[in-house]
Amino acid sequence: MKTSHTLGEEAIAKKGWLLANRFLLLRRLSQLSILSFFLLGPLAGIWILKGNLSSSSLFDVIPFTDPFILMQSLTSGHVAIFQAFLGAGIVLLFYIVVGGRVFCSWVCPVNLITDAAAWCRRKLKLRKEKVLSTQWRYWILLMVMILPLFTGVMTWELVNPVSAFHRGLFFGMGTGWVLFLMIFLFDLLAVENGWCGHLCPMGAFYAVVNKIGFIKVDAKNREKCTDCLDCFNVCPEPAILKGPVHGQKKGIGTLVNDMNCTNCGRCIDVCAEDVFVITTVLNGKNSLAKVEIIK
Amino acid sequence: MSKFSQRKKTRRQFLVDTSKGACGVGFMGLGLAGYSNQSQSFNPQMLRPPGALVEADFQSACVRCGLCVEACPYDILKLGRLFQPIATGTPFFLARTNPCEMCEDIPCVFACPTGALDPTLDNIDDARMGLAVLIDQENCLNFQGLRCDVCYRVCPVIDKAITLEMHRNTRTGHHAVFIPTVHSDACTGCGKCEESCVLEETAIKVLPRNIAKGELGAHYRWGWKEKEKAGHSLLTEPVLDLPDRVPEVLK
Repeated sequence: MKTSHTLGEEAIAKKGWLLANRFLLLRRLSQLSILSFFLLGPLAGIWILKGNLSSSSLFDVIPFTDPFILMQSLTSGHVAIFQAFLGAGIVLLFYIVVGGRVFCSWVCPVNLITDAAAWCRRKLKLRKEKVLSTQWRYWILLMVMILPLFTGVMTWELVNPVSAFHRGLFFGMGTGWVLFLMIFLFDLLAVENGWCGHLCPMGAFYAVVNKIGFIKVDAKNREKCTDCLDCFNVCPEPAILKGPVHGQKKGIGTLVNDMNCTNCGRCIDVCAEDVFVITTVLNGKNSLAKVEIIK
Repeated sequence: MSKFSQRKKTRRQFLVDTSKGACGVGFMGLGLAGYSNQSQSFNPQMLRPPGALVEADFQSACVRCGLCVEACPYDILKLGRLFQPIATGTPFFLARTNPCEMCEDIPCVFACPTGALDPTLDNIDDARMGLAVLIDQENCLNFQGLRCDVCYRVCPVIDKAITLEMHRNTRTGHHAVFIPTVHSDACTGCGKCEESCVLEETAIKVLPRNIAKGELGAHYRWGWKEKEKAGHSLLTEPVLDLPDRVPEVLK
């Protein structure tokens, strides 16, 4: 491996720039079009989606409600009307089909901030240090769900940067932008993928949903791997690639079955050897096969 | 064996990790719990939209989606921003600058997906967003005997929610004062009176009803009302006749 190697260099040389960035481009398209569907209403009077990611309605007909927020509402003691449950059911079903953390990489607007921080980190060649456990988010998720039992209100929603950022874009940010600057700086200077990969309970919630996610990434052609480590460097959750890519000797299957995978598809982009493919759990069953042996 | 020890946590490591997580999150949780306690007693002048549940219930029901804000045809509702003195993301309006226009079809309530704005509210006159209180009698022009009457005139439920009660003007001795009087059984808390008060700082303010309203003890009865209900005096025997007190100066 050359020392001057830049991320995705070989992939671009081999597949062309467009193919080596297709998932990134699609993801940005998805994020920005969701934002513009919401923004067209207040700005141009074209109402496609009303509300925000916490709860919205598509063309004034189909309701969407964030199940994470509805759960908090439930534990704080309010049983919402049917519409909210219907909306949460639709959203939940969608994420079960496409994979829970698709929310994180394809929908969540905070991803734009943290991806920018990760990009800057790579450009500045800041060293990776493991200073925070990636399990923190699950503890925080537990706290978020338990606190309302005692406070009687949705405590996390008073400070939740994810919903506040999306809301702020349409309903006014106020001085809230300081919080988002802090997230950027935290990700840039303190912990790599600090917010999304270590702390965010919303991502943790959708990771739990991802346990029954249907669409997965599969390191199907891992025998072609040249150990360039580009996928590890670009992946927001690099720990999950270890088994599927390098676990052949240990008999680990090729399916990236870890619930923390966001299905962002960047590993597919940057791999010059086309090791990774998008697949479904059904197709990937055989890739999972040997995982039991290791346990 | 070495493979296993790499993957598997020791009991010691497990306990250390667990207590780390629990302690850290415990600290965070304590801070958040304190903050959310305060969030229920923020700025009382930030009024909730029509049909809003009582504050604590509202905060557990409202998902902060802003559908009510977008449904409001007069752009009156706002969502609380981070660091504003109101629960983050929840809708409010300020009566002094943007009072509720009391739409008959109540679009904000219709838009609410969770029932934080009570969907059974079908008549806007039944809305109780707050209660107008003539809080500064010293500066209210009508209290001084002037005929300002603005709060009374603008009230959408005029002569029911606000009436003018005639009293003797004790300052001049031979005029009347017309006291704007709010009736809590009809006031919707829309805030039109507060918006239109001509003073620099308004003398009439819309406050949350739990702050504005008093309440009798459960055992308490108004004697004259009970008498009216019964159709006769409730005392069958003559009242005990106590000696009349003679004022000291006459002794």
